[in-house]
Order: sequence, then C-alpha cells, then structure tokens
Amino acid sequence: MKNPLAALFHGPMTPGVLGVFGHLDDTTRAVKDLKADGREDFTVFSPMPRHELEDAIDRPPSSVRMYTLIGGIAGCSVGAWVTLYMSYDWPIQVGGKPIGSIPPYVVIMFEMTVLFGALNTLLGVALNALRAARREGTIPYDPRFSNDKFGVFVPCRPDQAGTTEAFLKQHGAEEVRRA
Amino acid sequence: MAQTTAPPTSGVRVTYDYVTRVIHRTLGDPGKGYFALLGVAVGLLTIGIICLLFLLRYGLGLAGYSHPVYWAVFITCFVFWVGIAHSGTLISAILFLFRSAWRTAVYRVAEAMTVFAVMTAGLFPLIHIGRQWYFYWLVPYPNERGLWPNFKSPLIWDEFAIGTYFTVSTCFLIMGLIPDIAAVRDLATGWRKKLYAITSLGWRGTNEQWRHYSRGYLYLAALATPLVLSVHSVVSWDFAMAQVPAWHETIFAPYFVAGAIYSGVAMVISLLIPIRRLFHLEEVVTIRHFENLAKLCLLTGMIVGFAYTTEYFIAWYGGPTPEHKAFYYRAFGPFWWAGWTMNVCNWFLPWILWFKKVRTNLTALFVISIFVNIGMWFERFTLIAIHLAGEPFEPFVKAGYNPTWADWGIMAGSFGWFFMWFLLFVKNFPAVSISEVKEVLPPPVRGRHA
Repeated sequence: MKNPLAALFHGPMTPGVLGVFGHLDDTTRAVKDLKADGREDFTVFSPMPRHELEDAIDRPPSSVRMYTLIGGIAGCSVGAWVTLYMSYDWPIQVGGKPIGSIPPYVVIMFEMTVLFGALNTLLGVALNALRAARREGTIPYDPRFSNDKFGVFVPCRPDQAGTTEAFLKQHGAEEVRRA
Repeated sequence: MAQTTAPPTSGVRVTYDYVTRVIHRTLGDPGKGYFALLGVAVGLLTIGIICLLFLLRYGLGLAGYSHPVYWAVFITCFVFWVGIAHSGTLISAILFLFRSAWRTAVYRVAEAMTVFAVMTAGLFPLIHIGRQWYFYWLVPYPNERGLWPNFKSPLIWDEFAIGTYFTVSTCFLIMGLIPDIAAVRDLATGWRKKLYAITSLGWRGTNEQWRHYSRGYLYLAALATPLVLSVHSVVSWDFAMAQVPAWHETIFAPYFVAGAIYSGVAMVISLLIPIRRLFHLEEVVTIRHFENLAKLCLLTGMIVGFAYTTEYFIAWYGGPTPEHKAFYYRAFGPFWWAGWTMNVCNWFLPWILWFKKVRTNLTALFVISIFVNIGMWFERFTLIAIHLAGEPFEPFVKAGYNPTWADWGIMAGSFGWFFMWFLLFVKNFPAVSISEVKEVLPPPVRGRHA
C-alpha cells in the first residue's frame, strides 16, 4: 500500500539494484563478497533474523544496550528519590522503623529499574529504527521479503547498474531489478 | 517457494511460505464456534457489569463481607488473574533466554494471555476499594490531600509491581508482533491491509531493523525475567507480611511463583487446545508442544505440592499454635470443601502427568488444565477468605462469611472480560509468531554453505 506520508518523510528513491534471493547461503555469500569489495552501504532483507547474515554483515553491536542501561539507572534513581523524598517530606514514624528505610524501598527501586529500563529499550529501538527508516524508505521493497525470500539492495549509479546486476545474478539472485 | 526440511516438531514438510500462510489463515473467517465462544464471553461480561453496577449503587455490603473477612472473592480473583499472567512471561522471556526452541509456536498465545490477565487482575483492586471514583488515591504522589503513601507496605509495592508488569508485558507483546504484522500486511487486502500497514510501523525486515530489534528484544526478555519472579513474590508478601496464621510464612514467595506458573501454564493449555482446533493450527502447534507444557505443569505442580506438604508439616510440628489451628480449620472447618478442592486439584491431580500417555492426550490435558485452574482459584480463596474466617486470634467472632451473587457475578464477568479480549486478539493478530517459527526451521539453502 502506498503510504501518503512517505513523501514527507523520505527523499527521492536511491538509485541501485535490488536482488531477490531464495536461499540463505547465496545471500550470505553475496553479502560477504560485497564486504570484501569494501561496500558498507548495501541493505539486506530477511523474513527472520539469521546469525549467518548478521555475521556476514558484521555491523557493530546495537546502541540499544546503552538505552537499556541508562533507563535502568534512571529508574533505580527515581525509585530511590520517590520513596526517600516522600518519606522525609512527611515523616511519620510507624512501629519504631526508620523514616527512610532502605530494605523495603529496594522493592520499588527494583520495579522502577525494570520499568524505566524496558521503556527506554523500546525508545532505543524506535529511535534507531526511525533513523534507519529515513534511508530505507528510499529503497525498493518486495512483499516476499516478509515471507520466504531474502533481498540485497546495492546502491549504485545508473551506469554501474549492469555490473551490479551481473554480480547479484552470479551470486544466485533469482530476480534483479533496477531502482 | 523456498523448500526447507520438516522441523523436528512436525510430521509434515513445513516451509517459510507454509508458516506464513497457515498463520495468516487464522485471520480469516473462524466459523460459528468462534462466534459462539465470543458470545458466551460477552454474555458473562454483561452479567459482571450488571453486578458491578448494583455494587456501585448499594455498596460493598452486597459482596458478603462480614468481620473479619474483608478480603474475599475480589482479592481471590486478583491473585488468581495475576497468577494466570505469570506463565506468559515465563514462556516468552525465560524460555527465550534459555534458547528453548519449542516455545516459538506457543509463546504468542501465552504472552497475549499475560497482558489480558493483568488487565483483568487490575480491575479487582478498583472493584474492591468500593468508591472507584477515588481510585487515584492508590497512586503514590508527594503528599497532598492528607494522603500518606507508606512505602513500607507491600500493598504499595504491589501497585508498582503490577503496573510495571503490565507495561513491560505489553511492550514485549507489541514488539514481538511488529515483524509478524508486517508479514500478514504483505498478504492482506482491504481494511486489514490498512490496519496492518499502520500497526507494523513500517517494518521491512532490513538488517538494520533486525539488528536493533534483536538486541532490544533480548534486553526486554532479560528485564522481564527477574520481573516475573518479583511480581508474584510481591503479591505473596501482601499476605506474608501480615500476622495472620497461615499467611505469615517465609516460603510464600517461591510457593506463590510456582503456583502462578502452574495455573498460567494450565490456562495456556486450556486456551491453546480450542484455538488450535478452531484455527487449524495442528501443523504448527503439535503434540510435542503440549507435552512440554504438561511437563512444565508437572514440575510446578510438584513444587506446589511440596509447599502444601511443608505448610501442613510445619503446622503439625509446631504444636498447638494458632498456625496449627488455622490448618486444622482449613482441613476440617466449615469450608473443608474449598480446602480439599484445592488439595485434590493441585496436589494430587498433577501426578497423573507423569504418564506420557496422559501428557500426549489432548482431551485428558484439557480436562486436567481446567481442574488445575479450578484448584488454583480455590487455593487463593482458601488462603484469603477461609483463613480470615477461621482466624483463631478472635475466637469470639464466628464469621458467617458466604460469597453472594454479586461476588460470583463479578467473578464470571472477569472471565468474560478476559476471554473477550483474548478471542478478539487471536482473530485479528497473528496468534503464533511467524518470524520465530521460521527461525527454528532449517533455512532454505542451495547447498554451498556460507
């Protein structure tokens, strides 16, 4: 379905060639050879995450982990602040217990660590996906990529499209098309 | 179409395309059986709403409370539904971290069950407070309007725990759904295509998307794992922190967590068997999945049985104490039938799951799972209402506690509420994870291994 907002968020289509693959090993080999040629700007499509592809693409670890860590630390701090601040803001001593009693507050600090950590993880995935989507919205997509096909899109100038097509076909692409 | 060999869980040849189409088919016309079930669920919900309206009009006196029983069916239902929620996270998060491949076909149902069970559980504290329009008094905020939030109380821990659990479970469910919604988006037509185009958030399955998604999913699982253990521990401390005989026990946290997973797995079995039949998922959800669920049920059932044994043993071993009286009251008091229902369903019944023939017989499993859920409801009822009624600290009080039509009506309504959301979910969103089922299939390869 054509998204009416796409024009607002994405620029014009990136020129290049899209190869549709039916086999994982062909796709992996194509990716490895692209990497060997020094290419980093290609995009790989797959219906599920595969470690073979991840290893071949060899990108640095996702920055989502930093979001999780920062969220967790922030949550723990908020949990400590909420419990201690409110206790000392209206100090009522019950059963001889200290006003600010850390052991029972650990429960709330833990829950807030998990809550903020999870929400920040989601934020990290969303922000990274949005950043990637700005570029990926300008490249072609095939609905079969969510079903049973793999895809490799290689950006290139129109005069290089023939060479790229030949490269993808030689690596087992069942279908190639220019964008 | 890419051909792959059959997965070890199935006797037929399953391909990526086959998985997508079988799961996509669940979004089609489900037949009369589905609508009959949905009708029953909406009917029960209507009964619950009518009873709730009466309760709002005439007050909590309708609920059969009598001193000292002020926690009864509503709190029982709260603990029951929170417990049901637990196996969802166990199957989706803990088994994910253990790389347990069989979970892929069943975890979506369990996860959806978790979210809807927490939504149901969350209604009961609101119903229980009586004056629902003051619900925001439950929310701790810097001291205003004469409220003093007591952070040393397990009731307030519970609020944080349940709130966090609902939020994290919902995030986990939605995140897992995104690639699968994209898969059905690419096959759908009409209004469904529009719905899935919006809810798949532009998913295309690119390497960048998978890179961030996989990490995010892993960290969510890592966060949800200790969370699931903490939430029912906190619920158990609602009781264990009080000085009521049979409540004030150190084993409550692990005992409650095991019981929660036990009832939750039983509910997954109760839900999966009809869903599998209604939506023809026999090739994806196999007997092996049910057998593994039954093994989980057996394990947690044995832990629960051990906890019951320990409770009775300690009560006997401690001599003539209030604890002793409380357990005598549980077994031989006026509510003996509730205590023995719990014992038979939870303590003795799971033993027959040691037999492989029973674990692989869906009719037997369905019946056992229903009885386990009945038993687990009665466990909470016995623990909460019965032990309050028989509290030996107040021997002059003869509690004439009996649940009323309002209690039963609202409880029935909670089942209607839960099943309505669940049935709507499985009809409109992929009930089995498409991408994760494909992950455990051997990938299509030409033969030149990379």
